Amino acid sequence: MSNTKKTETVAGTLIFVLIICLVCAALVSVAAVGLKPLQTANKLLDKQTKILEASNLLAVALKPENIKVAGSEDKSIVSTYEKYVVAKMIDLDSGAIIEGDVNAFDERSAARDVTQSIKPKNDMAGINRRANSAVVYLVKNEQGQLNTIVLPILGMGLWDLMYGFVGLEADLNTVSSVVYSELKETPGLGAEVLNPRWKALWPGKKMFNEQGDIAIKIVKGGAKKGDIHGVDALSGATLTSNGVEHTLHFWLGDEGYGPFISKFKDGGLD
Amino acid sequence: MSSDTKKVLFGPVVDNNPIALQVLGVCSALAVTSSMENALVMSLAVMLVTAFSNLFISIIRKQIPSSVRIIVQMAIIASLVIVVDQVLKAFSYQLSKELSVFIGLIITNCIVMGRAEAFAMKEKPGVSFLDGIGNGLGYGAVLMVVAFFRELFGFGTLFGVEIFKLTQNGGWYQGNGLLVLPFSSFFIIGLIIWAIRQWKPEQVEKD
Repeated sequence: MSNTKKTETVAGTLIFVLIICLVCAALVSVAAVGLKPLQTANKLLDKQTKILEASNLLAVALKPENIKVAGSEDKSIVSTYEKYVVAKMIDLDSGAIIEGDVNAFDERSAARDVTQSIKPKNDMAGINRRANSAVVYLVKNEQGQLNTIVLPILGMGLWDLMYGFVGLEADLNTVSSVVYSELKETPGLGAEVLNPRWKALWPGKKMFNEQGDIAIKIVKGGAKKGDIHGVDALSGATLTSNGVEHTLHFWLGDEGYGPFISKFKDGGLD
Repeated sequence: MSSDTKKVLFGPVVDNNPIALQVLGVCSALAVTSSMENALVMSLAVMLVTAFSNLFISIIRKQIPSSVRIIVQMAIIASLVIVVDQVLKAFSYQLSKELSVFIGLIITNCIVMGRAEAFAMKEKPGVSFLDGIGNGLGYGAVLMVVAFFRELFGFGTLFGVEIFKLTQNGGWYQGNGLLVLPFSSFFIIGLIIWAIRQWKPEQVEKD
């Protein structure tokens, strides 16, 4: 290196570094801001896809004739979502529907905010903090009657929190689907919660027994035939399977959607 | 194409492979090779980042104060990685969900820094850019071979297309549980290095 370089002095170095920082910052900002609308749209589409899947409407959205009408697969998903799904904000402790911007609500930032979240007494799902509010999705059928309720869930798997949705039929007991949207489980083992064959075990299972207690369970070695509460565990993924069971127990329980579900069953909605 | 250009561009694929000979960037090669699609996107991302960081660093190589050159290289590489991550999030959301952590970790991929420090600081921008592409190709080649074996024998698929029907889907093939896990790449990369050195014995280190 030659010593004649202007930038080898202290002042020169500082100025050089400053310029590099400004240029890099500008580049990153332009990319982040410029691509934001596309990213938000992607995120929303992904969420809507999962909600439709949890309410068994994704197949409807992806019917060739519906795609044709809407123009594209993505548009068909959006229009199907808008046609059937209504999002409602609820207060988890009371189970009552509250006012709130369902689109702006972000469970993750709410759960991090101490004023908007609590520490669950029995944190079996390992979520650490739970937001006070949640957004639930009421899915109507063609006649405008309530068909499915989709509840967002999250809970610890083997490696990290797993985020997903559980779809319940209008009796709030029969499962229509359990769909995970974001997880870091081991591919081929824990990540098999995304396997369509495993997902197909869920529809028709009952979350609660006749006494109204949470009865859904994941059975190692395979659930007995005709067991309406048991779902086969994933082989080679005990901790993920346990995680799914604990997540459901937490979210269906008193510190999860329990108050909402009982209120709903009493006809206290609207 | 002159033989020099060719050497810069294709040399790193076998003769001077960043993973097999320079043994750089092995960490990410373990993590993202569970499927060929992930490996392909990761290779492209690394190739772009290496090429452009080499280009930019080479352009300003005469101005970079030697006392802070590593930091300056890092700043440029980190900015490029963030841009790649943002682009992926905007145009390929599903893949970015699977790869996001590893895209961020390209910053720490030794290939990128290694080429910046070893090549771009000395050479002209054009040839540095090609060197970046070449090393990206070399990295990608190893990744694709590893991903081929891991995806085919671990999941019975290639690029997500079913080749062997898995028992859990009612087929005959029992997926190899070892290949599903990241550390199996160590074995495959080891075998690749062995194969290359059998073919080109001059790569074998002297005792």
